[in-house]
Amino acid sequence: MNLRRDVFQAIADPTRRAILLLLASQSLTAGAIASNFDTARPTVSKHLSILTECELLQQEQTGREIYYHLNPVKMKEIADFIEPFREMWDDRFNKLEAIMKNYQAKKS
Amino acid sequence: MERKTKIDAREGKQDLVITREFDLPLELLFKAYVIPEIVEQWMGTRVVKLECKPHGSWQYETSDKQGNVVLRTNGVIHEFVPEQKITRTFQMENTPFPVQLEFLVFEKLTGETSKLTMQIVYKSIADRDAMLKLPFAQGINMAHNRLQEVLNTLK
Repeated sequence: MNLRRDVFQAIADPTRRAILLLLASQSLTAGAIASNFDTARPTVSKHLSILTECELLQQEQTGREIYYHLNPVKMKEIADFIEPFREMWDDRFNKLEAIMKNYQAKKS
Repeated sequence: MERKTKIDAREGKQDLVITREFDLPLELLFKAYVIPEIVEQWMGTRVVKLECKPHGSWQYETSDKQGNVVLRTNGVIHEFVPEQKITRTFQMENTPFPVQLEFLVFEKLTGETSKLTMQIVYKSIADRDAMLKLPFAQGINMAHNRLQEVLNTLK
C-alpha cells in the first residue's frame, strides 16, 4: 500500500479539519491539541502524523516540548485547490437565485 | 461574501455532496431545473434536450465565443418527482471521464427559502478526485471566466 498521503484526502476528514482550525491562531503541543477533542489521544496522534506527513503541519522543538503549527504555504495550496470547484457551483447557484428572483418579480 | 455553497467530500469516498440554501421558494428553485430557457441562463449552456420525466433524457451544449461547440453533456433522468427530487446520470461526451450518478433533493425551508442537496457518485475515488481537481487544473471555470469578462469591461 502506498503510504503517501493525498493532501486533499487529509483535509476531507472532519477531525483533521478541526485540528487545522485550532492551529490557525496558535501553535500547540500534541497534548494540548488532544485535550480539545473527545477522541482518544492515539487517534489524535495519528491525525497529527497524517497532517505532518503531507506537510500541512510543521513541528517545532521548544525546550522539551514539540509544538505543531500550520504550514501556510501548503495551506494556501489546498485552499486554492478545492475552491475553484466550489466557486464554480456557487457562481451557478448565485445566478440561478438572481434569475429566479427576477422571474418571480415579473410574474407578480 | 458568505459562502453559501458547501462541498462535503470525505476521505476515501467516491461521492461528494453539494449543499446550497436559496432565498427562493421551493417552487421557484425547482422551476430553475425544468424550464429550458432558465437552465440555459444559469448553466451558461444551450439545452438541446430536457425531458423531465422518468426514463427521459437530457443533452446540453456549451460553445465558445466563436460559436464552436466545446463541450456536450448528456444523461438519463431516472426519477423525477416535482419539487422533491431528480435522479439522473451525467456524462461529458468525448472525454475519458466516466458517467456519474446525481441525486438532487429539493426541500422547502420556509415559505421564502429552500435547500438543494446534490449527491454525486463517481465510478471510483480517483475519478471523484479528478473531477474535483478539474476546475483547478484546467481553469475551465466557465462561469468564473464570464464573470472575469464582465469585470474586464468595467475596468
